[in-house]
Amino acid sequence: MSHKPGWRELPIGGHLYETGSSLKYKTGSWRTFRPILDRAKCTRCLLCWIYCPEPSIKRTEDVVEIDYDFCKGCGICAAECPVKAIQMVEER
Amino acid sequence: MQKIVGLTGDEAVAYAAKQSSVDVVAAYPITPQTVIVEQFAQYVANGEVHTEFVCVESEHSALSACIGASLTGARVFTATASQGLALMHEMLYIASSLRCPIVMAVANRALSAPINIYADHSDMMGSRDSGWIQVYAEDAQEAYDWTLQAFDIAEKDNVMLPVSVNLDGFTISHSMEGISVLEDDAARKFLPPRPISYIVDPDRPITIGAGNNPEYYFEFKRQQEDALRRSSKAVLETARKFGAISGRKYGVLDTYGLEDADVAMVGLGSCMGTVIEAARRLRKKGAKVGAIKLWLYRPFPERELLRTLEGLKSLVVLDRSCSFGAPNGALCSDILSTLYSTNLKLKISNVIYGLGGRDMTVPMIEAIYRRALRQKKQPLKRDVRFVGVRE
Repeated sequence: MSHKPGWRELPIGGHLYETGSSLKYKTGSWRTFRPILDRAKCTRCLLCWIYCPEPSIKRTEDVVEIDYDFCKGCGICAAECPVKAIQMVEER
Repeated sequence: MQKIVGLTGDEAVAYAAKQSSVDVVAAYPITPQTVIVEQFAQYVANGEVHTEFVCVESEHSALSACIGASLTGARVFTATASQGLALMHEMLYIASSLRCPIVMAVANRALSAPINIYADHSDMMGSRDSGWIQVYAEDAQEAYDWTLQAFDIAEKDNVMLPVSVNLDGFTISHSMEGISVLEDDAARKFLPPRPISYIVDPDRPITIGAGNNPEYYFEFKRQQEDALRRSSKAVLETARKFGAISGRKYGVLDTYGLEDADVAMVGLGSCMGTVIEAARRLRKKGAKVGAIKLWLYRPFPERELLRTLEGLKSLVVLDRSCSFGAPNGALCSDILSTLYSTNLKLKISNVIYGLGGRDMTVPMIEAIYRRALRQKKQPLKRDVRFVGVRE
């Protein structure tokens, strides 16, 4: 385990004088249901990309990609997809 | 030169906020605080101050706006009371945890139900663990003086904590007194613009209020507790600085007649004026009684209080709120736990008084003093009495 600073060493009030710290904190382990994309059904409408609150839907050259490092499995993408191209499958 | 002006407690606080060159005020009206922000809004309308006055839809929003403004480096003031303070409860903790040096006047008022607009300390006592520095004024002069001092205390870089200046509803908030006010220049010199602790710059973004899981949260609470405890030193520093320009001496507490007292009464707020008057009358008849008025309630001034208790045989603790189901009132519990680690052996009794604006008169206080003078030993069961309630 790496060294964690004691209370005297931390900036007051928990202010972080840098940005992007959330990138170091991967939330994918919170997931109970995993969104699985059926690339054949996807019409590239990008509604999932718009609605994802994380955002864990990445735009790519062809369709979209789900970032499982951060996706919490909320299922909004599956609910919004007009062609049912995303299935929520229980994590094991 | 100071001039004397006739002001109510609320007006005196607004006047102090005006002289503090506040950058932002966000507030919502509630009796008996309303006059403070009403008066301040008048200053804004008249162009006497260059303050951003934010009208919000609730006290929760008022303090939220204050927190946002304070985090940008602004000097921020607000005021509330009773239900309004209760509605702010969630944000009180955020203000202190994010280390926002906000100053808030609280015109202390009872909590519902039944609805009641008059003075007691239930509102602030309900938030006593919120991490705010808490001072209590005895009269309008003290409310004015503490409001000015509060900014100086809050903004010290080793403090950076919010301060609540408590003044009893109506008894102080709506009673007019002759107040000695500083010249604007003297106030400005005492309270220069807020020191800059960091720059808010879109080109160099920072993160405020990031989530903390079990690996970090505890450290921030420990840090906060340390800052609040150490702030009593800042209160004394400010009081010295303020005393030098105003001629009015403040500190964490004030005493009366303790040089030879056997019995003393300790409490907070406007009642202490009545207590000192009762003590004065009894002392004229030869009774060795005294009084301790706590200006500072959080951080609790343990060391200074213990010093005043040496030589006393009996101490009566006045609580103007009821800590339902607790062994004693809030102040009495603090004093008992402070005493436990010492060799001081004095009788302690607790009086709950004045709930919902019930008067505490000189004869009532004299009777409490006399009972304590008669009392030979500490009763085995807890000694808590409700004074002024109809049986």
